[in-house]
Amino acid sequence: MSSEPAVAPAPAGGEPNHLRRFLTLWLVASVIAMPLVIIFLGPLFGPSTGSEEAAGQQTIMTVLAAVATPVFMLVMLYLLYALLFFRQPRGAALEGPAVRGDPRLQTTWIVITTLIVLGLAAYGTYELEVHYGHGSGSGPNPLTAPSGPRLPVQVIAQQWLFTYRYPTMGDFETTQLVLPVNKTIEFQVTSLDVIHSFWAYKLGVKADANPGVSNIAFVKPTKLMSFWVRCAELCGLWHGEMTGRGRVVSPAAFIAWAHRQQRMLAPATKVLPKYSKTYIPEPAGRAE
Amino acid sequence: MSSTETPKPTPSAAQAASPKPLWRKLVGFNLLTAVILGVGGYYLGWWIGHQISSPTFAYESSTDENDVALLLGYAGGVIGFLIGMGFANYPVARLLGRPASLREKESEGIGRYFGLCTDHKVVGMQYLVGIGVFFFVGGANAMMIRAELLHDVPTILGPGQYLTTVGIHGTMMMGMMTSGILGPFANYFVPIMIGARRMAFPRIESLTFWLLMAAGFILVSTIFFGGFPTGWTGYQPLNDQAVAGMDSYICFFALVGLSMTLLGLNMIATVVTMRAPGMTWSRLPIFVWAVIGTAILMVLAAPTLIAALLMSSLDRSINTSFYIVGGGGSSYLFQNLFWFFGHPEVYILALPGFGIVLELIPVFARKPLWGYKLAVSGMLGVCLLSFFVWQHHLFVSGINADLRPFYMLSTELISIPTGFIFLCFMGTLWKGKISLTVPMLFCGAWAFNFLIGGTSGVVLSDVATDTQLHGSFFVMAHFHYTIMGGLIFSFFAAIYYWVPKMTGLRFNETLAKWHFWLMFLAFNSTFLPLFALGIMGMPRRVSAYEPNLVPLNTWVSISAFVLGFSMLIFIVNAVYSMIFARIPAEANPWHSKSIEWQLPTPIPVNNFDKIPVFDSDPYPYGTPLPVGGSQAAAAGA
Repeated sequence: MSSEPAVAPAPAGGEPNHLRRFLTLWLVASVIAMPLVIIFLGPLFGPSTGSEEAAGQQTIMTVLAAVATPVFMLVMLYLLYALLFFRQPRGAALEGPAVRGDPRLQTTWIVITTLIVLGLAAYGTYELEVHYGHGSGSGPNPLTAPSGPRLPVQVIAQQWLFTYRYPTMGDFETTQLVLPVNKTIEFQVTSLDVIHSFWAYKLGVKADANPGVSNIAFVKPTKLMSFWVRCAELCGLWHGEMTGRGRVVSPAAFIAWAHRQQRMLAPATKVLPKYSKTYIPEPAGRAE
Repeated sequence: MSSTETPKPTPSAAQAASPKPLWRKLVGFNLLTAVILGVGGYYLGWWIGHQISSPTFAYESSTDENDVALLLGYAGGVIGFLIGMGFANYPVARLLGRPASLREKESEGIGRYFGLCTDHKVVGMQYLVGIGVFFFVGGANAMMIRAELLHDVPTILGPGQYLTTVGIHGTMMMGMMTSGILGPFANYFVPIMIGARRMAFPRIESLTFWLLMAAGFILVSTIFFGGFPTGWTGYQPLNDQAVAGMDSYICFFALVGLSMTLLGLNMIATVVTMRAPGMTWSRLPIFVWAVIGTAILMVLAAPTLIAALLMSSLDRSINTSFYIVGGGGSSYLFQNLFWFFGHPEVYILALPGFGIVLELIPVFARKPLWGYKLAVSGMLGVCLLSFFVWQHHLFVSGINADLRPFYMLSTELISIPTGFIFLCFMGTLWKGKISLTVPMLFCGAWAFNFLIGGTSGVVLSDVATDTQLHGSFFVMAHFHYTIMGGLIFSFFAAIYYWVPKMTGLRFNETLAKWHFWLMFLAFNSTFLPLFALGIMGMPRRVSAYEPNLVPLNTWVSISAFVLGFSMLIFIVNAVYSMIFARIPAEANPWHSKSIEWQLPTPIPVNNFDKIPVFDSDPYPYGTPLPVGGSQAAAAGA
């Protein structure tokens, strides 16, 4: 940058102070836009407030959108401003000022973007660890786990169906997903064939189902509701039809439901393979 | 295209003889021979495959096709095709100790566009047309996807056809368009911009193009073998389970990977060793820097893909178990290897767009590029960081869950160097004298689209929000904004800017402006609602979805058809302007000071009579002029 003049030449007489005008415009627009994004766009984000995790995801998305708003406005308004005011007059062949950079502005830009990015990363990390993975599949041994009792629910994915096994509630396996409200649930997601992904939209849970892996996700439902479940990883022909429904019910209703299932499914439960973290498929042609 | 034929500079004695009859011209190493040998090689490989694979092998993985035979058939076909093209001539001549010809087809007429030609300008034109054809094949598949998504249940296509359509669209675009700008425009203009007469390895340059064409043909041939159900990612073990059409995907991507690696090596070698006197690193046009960045990514990332696919093909054909859990493999391995290639891959698509835009706006704002070194460090920063972010594609997969904060940080760090590019873009426009020509309109649209793409990327880089959005239409909207909004818009900017130089003919400006406005509005009308659909829970790659999402999907489909129609306007314009109207372009319609515009049209085979000497960077715009001359003087034109 040796040959580059460091400072822009003074504006010609009569020309408005573009810098001040643009910065004012941007500041005003950002101050107006940020609350609008938080108030009107925020509630549209995210799934619902059906679980602590889903509510948290919605809050984080609103925060990210609010932080992004001024940056977004800066570039968009600048583009508009430049295309309106920095134009070649029709038929003219004027040249712009030969400015090749501004070290002070460049340094400021680098410092500010770095601070924003580091702030976002720190915020994201804090939220992730404090909320035990925020409903995401966090691997077989999550670094942090909620204290207190949790209800393990094993999600077994196969082409093209999810089944659910309740190892502490009589070890039955069913196609219905029923969860008690205000209890911490530990989903143990695994697959019998290809990669699937367990996505309970309103619960804010998504965890890939890999064969031979038990992928754990924590969630705490806070509302009585029914929700849909679907596969979120391309798993073959009927991937689009790999859907199901689930319900969040009161703890008493859950216990009643579990007892009913336990009785009804008792013959099937007897022939189930022993509960295990994963069920590694036998290679083809070598099954017992 | 005949107007680009150059007068023969040094007609050799043999060619000066009397004109040959047509049939005699068709005998030799050309496209016709290549196709014949390609078909022959395919059947030879197919036959050998059936001979060596016993029924146990052939009917192993629940498919009713013989993967060994198909893979060998494709290999034989490609080898036969390349021999027919004449790629074996040079090594064989050298092995036998005969003098090998150093130039191929450079002085021939229209025939040089259909064979191995060592003129980098011919290869550039070949790439432009060849990639264009496959781009429209991919686009037609997108139209079919959107037609299917008019309904919330499978209607027009069956579920298998739908997945194949999605797979061909994604794979074609992600594979072919890796060379979308480097192929046509870097091959054509990088040697000229650095003051060289040719590329470092002209034969390899031609090889990259013909490998890509063979690959594209192989991918389309998947419809004869049952298609493939995996989308462009080809995840295992679904890959292993799929019918023989999957082998087309494997061969396609492996050949594209090979082509990318060679293209990258050739670009790096050319720029490092063949710069003219005075073309120092700090005087390189910014487009050349973007090409170097992309080339580095290609050389380092693409071999990983080839290795991953080789293991896939072994799993499928001879029953190894790299990715099969029951046999000691891991389904994570493929995801890891694929995204180690796959994330640099998306920057391979984005970086050339940065280069095109920053190269063009000084011309249309009549100002030097603002913050040259910042732009270069931005590009190299993106290049470096892109190798440290790949597991953000696997945030919910359960792999290395404790490393997620690191990948979150590294992913967000990438927005810093990308921000440099935006700052340079904004700085260059500041107080410029902007003319809203068609290429400039596309550059402005690039900034608009890429900003939306980049901002939505920040939302995806956060694990908590990614948990909600991973695998949804939000992701789809995000990468269409960065790749289509970033790469394709700058691709069209480059076409409208440079094709008048390449062909000597001008585009119809009215049609071009219609193309731009329709494409820009339809693009945003198609992909902005996809963010909303993703937030509402619409997953990718399904043809059955929740009924409450139908109205928005109908809107998107109709917008997508308008977007497809805008591409037809471009085709009409290209055919009309380049074949029927044929109005000669001005020598330098944009008053650019870059060196390629100072050369005569058509550019002579050797580019320069005398190698130019550079004494400034290529952006001597604006008042006051920097001390020293301009590139225009350097060209000696």
